[in-house]
Amino acid sequence: MDAAIAQLIAGVSLGSILLLAALGLSLTFGQMGVINNAHGEFMMAGAYTSYCVAQVIPDPTWALWISLPVGFLVGGLLGLVLEVALIQRMRLRPLDTLLATFGVALVLQQLAKDIFGPQPVYAQAPGWLSGPVEILGQSVPATRVFIFFLAIFAVAALYAVLRLTPLGRQIRAAMQNRDLAEASGISTRGVDHVTFFLGSGIAGLAGVAATLMDAISFNLGTGKIVDAFLVVVAGGVGQLKGAIIAAFGLGLLQAGIEYSTSTSLAKVLVFLAVVVFLQVRPQGLVALRTRSLA
Amino acid sequence: MFALLEKKSIVAVLSLAALALSLTACGASVDEISAEPTGDTSAADIAGAASCVDTSGSSVKIGFVNSLSGTMAISEKTVSNSLTMAAEEINAAGGVLGKQLEIVQEDGASEPTIFAEKAEKLISSDCVAAVFGGWTSASRKAMLPVFEEKKSLLFYPVQYEGLEASPNIFYTGATTNQQILPGMDYLKSIGVTKLFLVGSDYVFPRTANKEIVAYSGANGIEIVGEEYAPLGHTDFATIVNKLKSSGADAVFNTLNGDSNVAFFKEYNNAGLKAADMPVISVSIAEEEVGGIGVENIVGQLTAWNYYQTVESADNEKFVAAFKAKYGASSVTSDPMEAAYTSLYLWKLMVEKAGSFEVAAIQAAADGVEFNAPEGKVVVNGENHHIAKTAYIGEIREDGLIYAIWTSDGAIEPDPFLTNYPWAAGLTES
Amino acid sequence: MKLVWQSKWTLWAGLAVAVIAVVLAPLLLNDFRLALLAKYLCYAMVAVGIGLAWGQGGMLTLGQGLFFGLGGYIMAMHMKLADAKGGVPDFMSLYGTGEVPIWWEPFRSPGVTLVAIVAVPALAALILGWAVFTRGVRGAYFAILSQALVYAFALLLVNQQQTTGGTNGLNGFKGFFGLALSDPANKRMLYFIAAGVLVAMVIATRALMRSRFGELLIAVRDQENRVRFLGYDPAWTKVFAYVIAAVFAGIGGALFVPIVGIISPANVGVTPSILFLAGVVIGGRTTLLGPVLGTIGLRFVETQLSETYPAFWTYFQGALFILVICFLPQGMASIGTWLKWLRRRREVTA
Repeated sequence: MDAAIAQLIAGVSLGSILLLAALGLSLTFGQMGVINNAHGEFMMAGAYTSYCVAQVIPDPTWALWISLPVGFLVGGLLGLVLEVALIQRMRLRPLDTLLATFGVALVLQQLAKDIFGPQPVYAQAPGWLSGPVEILGQSVPATRVFIFFLAIFAVAALYAVLRLTPLGRQIRAAMQNRDLAEASGISTRGVDHVTFFLGSGIAGLAGVAATLMDAISFNLGTGKIVDAFLVVVAGGVGQLKGAIIAAFGLGLLQAGIEYSTSTSLAKVLVFLAVVVFLQVRPQGLVALRTRSLA
Repeated sequence: MFALLEKKSIVAVLSLAALALSLTACGASVDEISAEPTGDTSAADIAGAASCVDTSGSSVKIGFVNSLSGTMAISEKTVSNSLTMAAEEINAAGGVLGKQLEIVQEDGASEPTIFAEKAEKLISSDCVAAVFGGWTSASRKAMLPVFEEKKSLLFYPVQYEGLEASPNIFYTGATTNQQILPGMDYLKSIGVTKLFLVGSDYVFPRTANKEIVAYSGANGIEIVGEEYAPLGHTDFATIVNKLKSSGADAVFNTLNGDSNVAFFKEYNNAGLKAADMPVISVSIAEEEVGGIGVENIVGQLTAWNYYQTVESADNEKFVAAFKAKYGASSVTSDPMEAAYTSLYLWKLMVEKAGSFEVAAIQAAADGVEFNAPEGKVVVNGENHHIAKTAYIGEIREDGLIYAIWTSDGAIEPDPFLTNYPWAAGLTES
Repeated sequence: MKLVWQSKWTLWAGLAVAVIAVVLAPLLLNDFRLALLAKYLCYAMVAVGIGLAWGQGGMLTLGQGLFFGLGGYIMAMHMKLADAKGGVPDFMSLYGTGEVPIWWEPFRSPGVTLVAIVAVPALAALILGWAVFTRGVRGAYFAILSQALVYAFALLLVNQQQTTGGTNGLNGFKGFFGLALSDPANKRMLYFIAAGVLVAMVIATRALMRSRFGELLIAVRDQENRVRFLGYDPAWTKVFAYVIAAVFAGIGGALFVPIVGIISPANVGVTPSILFLAGVVIGGRTTLLGPVLGTIGLRFVETQLSETYPAFWTYFQGALFILVICFLPQGMASIGTWLKWLRRRREVTA
């Protein structure tokens, strides 16, 4: 029983990490049909941001609180530059952006290696985040609890932006029918900029969070991007709800299988499960309702 | 579907295939070559052994092959650095047999096939006298056939899983009985009876753990868990959960690279302590400590054959030279030291043989000694490994590792563990 | 848009140049460079398949490493068993149980191996293609699905070390169907086989594209729904192209093994699978010879550049992806179009 609860918590925690990594990707994919291969490297940029902030601000608590918004900004600005410089020019070739952004990912990784060196660097976590907290009789790392709430916060904030602001209305309109939105006087190009900024910003935020558990190295994005892709396709295009369910579903599945078999095998089985799942629901968990044929 | 194709094209394809086959005049068969006695000149010719190493001038070429790109660049760049430093020292002191060393550096790009390709290029196109480098077992296994076929020499500077002895490779890192087994001896001496194994999912950890399991069986240690994480894996919640519920006294860690950072952060954040459940690692050296964060790993153990803190005049000289060349904040570690030592060992072998020829070096290698930073090392001419001293180290607040246990002098290399009764059956089945 | 493969003159001229190059290469290159060229030819085989599936069929496959690996590992298993002469391959006694697993056994036979190299990737692609395309999975979904599969495949290969060699892969081969691999004459032979197979693949692809099937495939790429309304089933057209691409990749992988001497998970994972696309992108995805020339050219430049400037190769590669895809979507073939356009403009203004 203890083991089951422990794995349940591990699964939920993994789910929240996956969600944080996939949330921004899901947003840009939904809005523009663009799969951004450099999304993982935006996370990497966020992680290195928290290292840089820690160099300036010695107190780990302050460093973390400042890193979060700065990481968001760094990720967002990188995304904006990418959108304006590259993705915008390839509007009608969304599949090609997947490859072009792969090139961007390669360049960003090499840049990180040249600037920060090939060895991982380190930013100290605040004292109140090291050590465990008690949940349901299990001691759970405080960092995992923090990341869980950060993911919830990101989802809530994104939901609020999409549902409650005029900007959100425009984004949703452009997502559902771009031509009609354009005809109604929405600057879809402007909406693209904002969406990409938001989505990439969340990647930067996820990168800052990742430093609490993970190495700050040029590899950071490579390890996370494939999982994030899977969450996005399993969840359905641009669907907040889909991404949430998919992230936690995959997290729990991974934790469950991993406990009874091995880590590698669990990963293989989770991947195959998603492939099979897409046979059943080719548009993912939550499909966008449109009348278009494609 | 063929009905849709033009007949003409099918004919064209078939005739081309026939042409391709007819162009292929067959060479020797496997049996022809293996039937010939070794040393026979024609077999040597076929194997392309005719060496093109040019020793007529005032310099001689040597090759370095290290991953300067890809995931392994993290570790291998420093090996390349210490090799370069050794070559410069040797050149400043008059070179080898009066010839200056000329370095050809190649990038292995963290990929075994590229290592094999670059090794072949170094031997065949650059005509180097010897090659230094390689890190992962995969890179070494990929290069091994190249060096055996071309009858050239590789100096491999990293601790590895043993069970290998090629006449064309000199292994200057530890084999298992010089690192893993001393680690186990130490755990046994502090009273560990329940051991948990965690490693990355690849050749070295799986082979090392096979030996650890056999050792434990013979020494009354119970293995309470054996877990592998894919290379680059960074979520250790489940593995640490299993670790916590296993009741282990200690952990033997063969994780590699970034996974170590994630593992130790999870270990600490889950409330585990080095004092209650020490982790002994065999792939964490001085360079890795910074990325993990000293406070996450302080008090944990390592097993190596060299630490920056080893007290000797040779080591002080080595550390000082390294810091002078690569910056005061740079650290020295076991693989770097083994690489540095490997170049000097080659120099001494060449000088003993009085020749750059591979066969002469192989014949002269046995018993070559060098006062390395780690202490005196001796080449074993039979299995091409070197006798080394083992140190169990503790990671301290300053990020350096200090020896807390030292083996009784240098340990003779035994890559196939033939001197350990419990290991019978590990290598043959 | 006039497609290059439709022009008879370009193709035969290209082929003539290719055949001359193939015959001349062994005279001009040393054994080491020739073996490298042979390796590039194997990559080019994968590229021809990608050109068909992606360039003509619009299926962006990020998972050709799966088929390359299937072909490669099947060949490698056979060569390991043949070297062991009825015994157990060396690595199995070191890392495994010392027994040959059942699923290795069929590959003792050279005949079964040769059939399997074509049949296994074909079957895998057939099942996968059927499952994916009849359900209407396409575009980015298909791309990510293929990537997930190749990721899982590489992970599984590493995990099953006792029977697959793990990260070490399979290597240290002595013979290739009884011929000694250490003999330079046999290495030249392997080069000629690779060159012959590649030329045959190019001709076969051309024949395919000039057939009814080729027209359908392009129609499916450009307007899948219209094809459906005209009474064709676009799914099976795609499946067929996908299977051909898989077979080409499988054969490329199978020849890669004796030429390079290793197959390991590092050759079949996510990144190598994306890099298979690089040559196609640069050579021009919709052209017939573009993927071949692009791949050989790029791999050649890679070897040169990484020998001279190891660390800068990554920047170069990244920039190539970005610039070519963004500004020259048809690869080097776009340059020809640009030049024509420039000339025409000059004529008009003159």
